[in-house]
Amino acid sequence: MSTTADYSAFLRQSNKGRPTLDLAIEGIVSADAIATIEHSLRLTPGLVSARLNFTTRRLSTEWTAPDCDPTPAIETLERLGYRVAPFTSDRSESDEDRRTKWLLRCLAVSGFAAINVMLLSISVWAGNVTDITPETRDLFHWLSALIALPAAGFSGQPFFYSAANALRERRMNMDVPISIGISLALGMSVYETAHHAEHAYFDSALMLIFFLLSGRVLDHAMRKRTRAAAANLAALRVPIATRLNPDGTYSELPSEALTEGDLILVRPGERFAADGIIIDGSSHIDQSLVTGETARIKRVEGDRVFAGTLNGETLLQVKVSASGEATLLADIERLIDNAVLAKSRYVQFADRVAQIYAPVVHVAAALTAMVWIALGVSVHDSLIIAIAVLIITCPCALALAAPTVQVVVAGALFRRGILMKSGDVIERMAAVDTIVFDKTGTLTLPEPGLDDAGELSDEALRWAGQLAQASHHPLARAVRDYAVHRFGAIGVLTGVEEVTGEGVRIVQDGVMITLGSPAFCKLPLPLWRDQNSIIAFRNGDEAGYISIGQVLRQDAMQTVSALKRDGYRLIILSGDQKGPVQTLADELGVGEWIAAAKPHEKLAYLDGLKSQGRTVLMVGDGLNDAPSLAAASVSLSPATGAHVTQAAADAVFTGDRLAAVRDTLLLCKRGQHIMRDNFLLALVYNLIAVPLAVGGLVTPLIAAAAMSGSSILVTVNALRARTVRGI
Amino acid sequence: MTILLYLVPAALGLGLMALVAFMWSLKSGQYDDLDGAAYRILNDDDVKDS
Repeated sequence: MSTTADYSAFLRQSNKGRPTLDLAIEGIVSADAIATIEHSLRLTPGLVSARLNFTTRRLSTEWTAPDCDPTPAIETLERLGYRVAPFTSDRSESDEDRRTKWLLRCLAVSGFAAINVMLLSISVWAGNVTDITPETRDLFHWLSALIALPAAGFSGQPFFYSAANALRERRMNMDVPISIGISLALGMSVYETAHHAEHAYFDSALMLIFFLLSGRVLDHAMRKRTRAAAANLAALRVPIATRLNPDGTYSELPSEALTEGDLILVRPGERFAADGIIIDGSSHIDQSLVTGETARIKRVEGDRVFAGTLNGETLLQVKVSASGEATLLADIERLIDNAVLAKSRYVQFADRVAQIYAPVVHVAAALTAMVWIALGVSVHDSLIIAIAVLIITCPCALALAAPTVQVVVAGALFRRGILMKSGDVIERMAAVDTIVFDKTGTLTLPEPGLDDAGELSDEALRWAGQLAQASHHPLARAVRDYAVHRFGAIGVLTGVEEVTGEGVRIVQDGVMITLGSPAFCKLPLPLWRDQNSIIAFRNGDEAGYISIGQVLRQDAMQTVSALKRDGYRLIILSGDQKGPVQTLADELGVGEWIAAAKPHEKLAYLDGLKSQGRTVLMVGDGLNDAPSLAAASVSLSPATGAHVTQAAADAVFTGDRLAAVRDTLLLCKRGQHIMRDNFLLALVYNLIAVPLAVGGLVTPLIAAAAMSGSSILVTVNALRARTVRGI
Repeated sequence: MTILLYLVPAALGLGLMALVAFMWSLKSGQYDDLDGAAYRILNDDDVKDS
């Protein structure tokens, strides 16, 4: 049954005549991957070219014939440590690609036209104060019209379509005033030119289009980058599963059709089609999708496995616990999508403002024109001023201020394995001044680990690891994991005997090596007793105790001291006994700690902190601490293995790094800061520009430059949220 | 002012050439991977082993 997946079905016929295959590649860390990946595939039979897109983390390959087998290429990449999945872009994504190209095309046309019309305009302005003849000026204006009208017609489409759609649905959006402004400016200019006037405004209309499009292209590129990450995850889904029927036959069926309790077969090198529990077999599984840990981890009967993760060397029978949209993989995908779309308070505010603002803009422009006419200014000049008002008051910068930052921060967090679950996480995280840590599973790793090996030598620990591999006892796993982590591959022993309830032993070169209870290893019970469990080890004369218990996350010390340096008040709040909590607090240097707290006491304590005016971040295990997580101002959970969405926290982090806590805080703080900057920028711009425009002091050209300049400033500013110094 | 008869078409022609060049680069996918290109220059794949 050692068949592997057949990838040739994924080959697509391209319009160039050669079949192509796109692969989503996970696990790319640095740009070295471009050379590594493309180089390693050079000798693959049938492969014409392979090119890695570093932005979207996708590899496009081209093949000589449709019957080529891409499997060797995929195996090569997996040997290199990348996770590979055939990628067929869904419709929404290729639509988005087309839209990006369309926007760029419009941008190019408007840029070309703006430059040339500007050239003619500057000649006219210079000529107006010196010696231009009216005939030459008319010629230049007509030339400008010749360039501007078709160019604006083409490159203004994104605004015209959007405005038309909004009006058809009896809504207002930002594109309505923009479209009216552009059309009015162009129409006025043609009229002026026909009447041999000194000024035309073709340049203003084109500049406005060009700069606004620049802002849209930037915004679009930002969203695309974040969404591409989510789409790559979707490619890890397995479409077809092999079900083991009760009568002993097999059937192939779509993974979505699996139901809880079904038995499925997962072959070596295949991805799991559903979440479930291993019933038969043991294998090294690449669970990096869920845990962030790239090493393959041995999983045995009774262990949980997750859809999308990769099976290692043996055939497994898995009892399905969740399939289709209920799997962890689907959860993560949804979270990323939500994080991009979720509306923070600022975004909602900006949306509301834009709704009210658009009608206000039109009324303001119309009023301005009427007042100026009433004051005796000519209809023509009044209209010019009204156009400037219309353009300058567009609430673009205001509407872009928050969402752009949100998209950038969500993407930056996701790349660090942190998923936001609600839209206002950024502003709530930014306000935090107190961090309350749960102990078990938060400061310490969720699984028990080897805490202390006494005076046992490396040699002894390697033996212990090898012996532990043969045992089914839960404590043995900690010893095995420690040995694997420390020594790498430790090899498999044959002939290990397990004495149930006692331990495991093997006779090697006439010497009995044992791992198990102290009595089993002929050692007295140790004098020191704490919460940890004790295993004993004996190899001939060398013997000692191994203490298994909760192990601090590797970077806990660094993270805690960095957080203290950042000025946060740190508190450990644990349901554990006083002894271990105190030891841990001392070790980490946390002054405030509370032990033996019952759930309701935790709640009361958090409420107390909040009533002191503190904004509290609760970092705790999402499953056991749900009430206290909900009681805190904002919460964060480690989500190793547990269902990400089951955690009652506002954000979850995957992987073993506690530093994720600090990453989240810093990124959110910076995001919030930039959001506020952006609002301020937009506000100041409006406060200055609007009165000037209403007062008739701004020409349409300056209005166009100022208005689009402010939008671009806000968008570019948002990009700064991607990185923070110090993480 | 007859010089305008040459200069204006020349300016427009140059601009159009740039526009056409951009459209071509867009169509040939040169903007698909903005991050990777910066690193590709460091690859020595095109240098023959000697």
